[in-house]
Amino acid sequence: MGEKKILLDNAVNLNRRAFLGKSALGVGGLALGSLLGCNFYRKEGELVVKENNAMGIKGILNAPHHSAKVKRVIYLFQSGGPSQLELFDYKPLLNERRGEDLPESIRNGQRLTGMTSGQDKFPLVGSNFGWKQYGKNGTWISDLLPYMGKMVDDICIIKSMYTEAINHDPAVTFFQTGSQQPGRPSIGSWLSYGLGSENENLPAFTVLLSRGSGRPNGQPLYTRLWGNGFLHSLHQGVQFRAAKDPVLYLNDPKGVSKETKRTILDNLAALNEKQYKEFGDEEIQSRIAQYEMAYRMQTSVPEVMDTEKEPDYIYKMYGSDAKIPGTYAANCLLARRLAEQDVRFIQLYHMGWDQHDNLPAAIEKQAKDVDQASAALVADLKQRGMLEDTLVIWGGEFGRTNYSQGLLTDTNYGRDHHPRCFTMWLAGGGVKPGIVYGETDDFGYNIVDKPVHVHDFQATLLHLLGIDHERLTYKYQGRRFRLTDDEGHLEKDI
Amino acid sequence: MFFPLQMKLRKKPTLWVSVLLTLMVLSCKDKASEYTEIGDELALQQLPDSVDYSFHIKPILSDRCFACHGPDKNAIEAGLSLNSAEDAYAPLGENKDRHGIVPGDVENSEILKRIFTEDNGILMPPPESNLVLSEYEKALLKKWVAQGAQYKTHWAFIPPQPQAAPNIANDDWSQNEIDKFILKKMEEKGYHPSKKATKAQLLRRTFFSLTGLPPSVAQIDRFMNDTSTNAFEKVVDSLLNTVGYAEYMAADWMDVARYADTHGYQDDFERTMWPWRDWVIHAFDKNMPYDQFITYQLAGDLIPNPTKVSILATGFNRNHKITAVGCGNPGEYRIEYVEDRTNTFGTAFLGMTMECARCHDHKYDPLSQKEHFQLFSFFNSIDENGLMANAGEIPKPYMTITKDESEKILDFINMNRVESKDLAVMVMEEMPKPRETFILNRGVYDQPTDLVSPATPEAILPFPKELPQNRLGLARWLFQKDHPLTARVAVNRLWQRIFGKGLVESSDDFGNQGALPSHPELLDYMALKFMNEGWDIKDITKFMVLSATFQQSSAISPEMQEADPENTFLARATRIRLSAEMIRDQALQVSGLLNEEVGGPSVKPYQPEGIWEETTGGGGGTTATYVQSTGKDLYRKSLYTFWKRTVPPPSMMTFDAASRDLCTVKRQETNTPLQALVLLNDPQLIEAARALADKSVQSVGKNSDAQMRYIFQSATSRPPTNEELEVLQLFYRDAYAKTETGEFVPEEYLTIGEYEATAKIEAASLAALALTAHTILNLDETITKG
Repeated sequence: MGEKKILLDNAVNLNRRAFLGKSALGVGGLALGSLLGCNFYRKEGELVVKENNAMGIKGILNAPHHSAKVKRVIYLFQSGGPSQLELFDYKPLLNERRGEDLPESIRNGQRLTGMTSGQDKFPLVGSNFGWKQYGKNGTWISDLLPYMGKMVDDICIIKSMYTEAINHDPAVTFFQTGSQQPGRPSIGSWLSYGLGSENENLPAFTVLLSRGSGRPNGQPLYTRLWGNGFLHSLHQGVQFRAAKDPVLYLNDPKGVSKETKRTILDNLAALNEKQYKEFGDEEIQSRIAQYEMAYRMQTSVPEVMDTEKEPDYIYKMYGSDAKIPGTYAANCLLARRLAEQDVRFIQLYHMGWDQHDNLPAAIEKQAKDVDQASAALVADLKQRGMLEDTLVIWGGEFGRTNYSQGLLTDTNYGRDHHPRCFTMWLAGGGVKPGIVYGETDDFGYNIVDKPVHVHDFQATLLHLLGIDHERLTYKYQGRRFRLTDDEGHLEKDI
Repeated sequence: MFFPLQMKLRKKPTLWVSVLLTLMVLSCKDKASEYTEIGDELALQQLPDSVDYSFHIKPILSDRCFACHGPDKNAIEAGLSLNSAEDAYAPLGENKDRHGIVPGDVENSEILKRIFTEDNGILMPPPESNLVLSEYEKALLKKWVAQGAQYKTHWAFIPPQPQAAPNIANDDWSQNEIDKFILKKMEEKGYHPSKKATKAQLLRRTFFSLTGLPPSVAQIDRFMNDTSTNAFEKVVDSLLNTVGYAEYMAADWMDVARYADTHGYQDDFERTMWPWRDWVIHAFDKNMPYDQFITYQLAGDLIPNPTKVSILATGFNRNHKITAVGCGNPGEYRIEYVEDRTNTFGTAFLGMTMECARCHDHKYDPLSQKEHFQLFSFFNSIDENGLMANAGEIPKPYMTITKDESEKILDFINMNRVESKDLAVMVMEEMPKPRETFILNRGVYDQPTDLVSPATPEAILPFPKELPQNRLGLARWLFQKDHPLTARVAVNRLWQRIFGKGLVESSDDFGNQGALPSHPELLDYMALKFMNEGWDIKDITKFMVLSATFQQSSAISPEMQEADPENTFLARATRIRLSAEMIRDQALQVSGLLNEEVGGPSVKPYQPEGIWEETTGGGGGTTATYVQSTGKDLYRKSLYTFWKRTVPPPSMMTFDAASRDLCTVKRQETNTPLQALVLLNDPQLIEAARALADKSVQSVGKNSDAQMRYIFQSATSRPPTNEELEVLQLFYRDAYAKTETGEFVPEEYLTIGEYEATAKIEAASLAALALTAHTILNLDETITKG
């Protein structure tokens, strides 16, 4: 935790002197936003106070490596592996050759998961759903996604994503941390570490979860996906929940009013201050400041979670689900509200995309969960002028096979995991709107143009935020780690 | 700014000492900001008289050069390796007319040309590497070359050397040899030891250091009133003989062993490894010598005359994560498990990061990919599956423990809450014929290349021919007399527990990229003492605690805050935030709620609703839904809290508990707003505050001052000052008054958690007292080992 901690401690220290002069009983009602280490930057090796620019946690980078296109990210993670073949990657050949075996020349040694490695046939299957062309380039989008279709000119679709992992846990972990094995910091933690926070009352990295209707008992998630790994725990993702405690342990105990809580904090600070006088340990000052941050979060979190006052037209945009806390639509609306508060990285996870069987029925429901709200989020950001400096990402951990897992019937089929190609889309600042990037073969099995590896995607994401992915590093156990491991190339044409 | 500019080197100091001072410059600087060039010009004037490879040069080479010019033979650029004298002095280029380094010849050493050039085309390190050398570092390299560019073996690979404790004139401070080493270094820096801690501070610090719990008010009184000269030693002896000591040691070992109650991937099914945990407690309780403790865990199945006890101990190597069918490829995951054992072995016992050599030769340490797989092969011969078939499967190999055995040979296993007749615990069991091990190309499971046989890294200590080529031989290798790492790594970690950080700060990395020892002679002294005196953990711990170094005050003067903010030179005691376990256990202890039962299946204390359910995919069986424990099980020590690896207990994670995904020997110590939220709002703490308030009334009656004193002293181990008492009284009265205005509602606040107070006082008084106790439990002092 070396660098970060020192920076933080010093920031706290510097400010302490200013603040102690003003307060008799410790902290009282002072606005202590800047106590968290915020208003400082390094100039010729000295920490310098930045005037009139209250921010939250200070990042390790004094300045971006290059000018940033966006300030914040909303990552709509579609957990389970959405089928690109039902949603974005139109392959009429698969309908023509429905039921025929996948040619070995196309499969070309691809490893299989435990679920289909026992199958002796791999019958090709096209989408059961219709397709339409949208936008100025006539981009094909599935009938499952009418709302996304209408906003196709605002997004950049990447059809040529690929990964190395073929199972959920390693694949999601790979996307979020750059490594298939658990233990590394996640993207949001890297950003918090590198760029810090621009909000003094909310964490820089927030997480929202929702459960899909396509497969209600789908793949699990793991709290390590928003973990800080070896970075300081100030950078961990904080889950905002639809439960009565929107952040774990946020609510005051029952029977304790705000005024009583304030009294507790004032007295705590007064007693801690005495300790500080006796022991001179700067950690004590830091702790007083953290209690104040916690206190502010008790107001700021419920405020941002309270969507009651959103006007009707907003609910019309996001759909009726947006009124039900904990749904994907409600989380999309929350994401916009968090973005308005300058939260750096807003990570949504929508579970339930793992359609091994009964795909047509399940994906229809699953797509309905996300179509309207995802499109509404982009439109809403745009109408507020926020799309220019926000990056929205939509996608899962891998794609799905072009052949049926299990029995192929006239109306039913399933698809297994497929790492070799899948689709994601991006929208917002620095991203070319309305384009389709990369191409897959007619079988929808292999990439034929502009492959984008997970690390490339991560490098590009960091680039848009003004970070050179090779230069944001953290030394741990003797090695300099970075999000993109030893790889990753910038996709300049996106 | 983190750069001790006043540093001045003496003439002809001993090797270790002389170079260390300058080393501090390097490491501190590195810490503040790797590439800010602060004070380089000033530092230039202070180049050491004699530049030392180990302490000055290698940290630079390793960090900035070795990635392309280091031990990894396959990654060497331009044919130049700076890893050894032989390589660095060798002729280069087509005509073999150039040399990376020409000893004593500054003009003709290519590396100097390259680092001092202004031509970006040939500059080293190359600009695109994002690595830079400071002016000071360049000057060091130049001087080193001028002085003959002498290479030396990495300090940690030279066996510990006997060290005589320094003789210090007029030393009326030292209690034992530790202090003489510490004092010597302090004198060199011009520092002085702090005054002795108060008896109360010392008692609290010692209780936490040895048992993870604070002393009770009665224990404090007894110690305060004991005026005998060996009063402190008596306390230390008695604490070392409590089972609490063993539990506290075990809590630490759980991180090393990445212990958990679930398998850790995907649906994260439950497993039964707690009988192994009970064995660990038992072993610490019996003060099993460290060599035996480790040998049992590595090879308890292979020792002569193995018993069910020694076999159970091998569960250590099965604590890694295991995945299930549908979630991976069996061949791939089996390799991951063996890798995990190999890496755990490296981190836990060697302080070396083995995983770096999985895909290629180690970039920084003399560890080849071949050696990685040779070590790997020791752990590769158990008959295990890559994937579990279902939630009910116990991944083989495993041992069964019958009820009968649990009453006899395995009687340390707590079977109180065990419903099934027999237990099955994963252990190690060698296959009749060892599995062949191959080097894996880039570490990929299905790309075997050359066949290798079990061996250990040459640079550390070659594997003696007479030892069996199995895990038993590997354990014996660790405890060879001339092993350079085992004792140092172990004693360093014990030091870290007691003093807050190791003599080698990077307790997880003794390699080239790790920190250098702050007190190398002391480290050797302690390592040899530990080794020569029977690997006695209690003895060496006692030795540390009885030192004057340990017994200093933790107050920090502004001068020392400036001079030694990290307390590297130990001119004071370090204030350390309590661990996740200690914070909760302390609250349970002081409130009288703590259930002191030892061992048994893990329990499920209070946890926010829904956090398992939110992330589950519906599978997972017993781990899909959190079924909270009730009654006394809510108050077990945190060592016994059920550990679901994919969703570990959030209140503990907030206080930097290790996730148990991988072997961890060093936790972070952070200070965050989420910690404040836990301490203020976790029902466990609120309930404990109420119980503590209740207990105070029962203990000291209705006198309000006496109650406050009792509560405050329970939590902080000292009585409050009058000033503090006044603040607390005002707070109490204010809280009481708020019960009348409705701002504070006793009927609600007093019903958090299961505990029912018994004191016969009105609800408003109890609530106000409980709120006061709650505030006291939140004090920085309360959650600090000061």
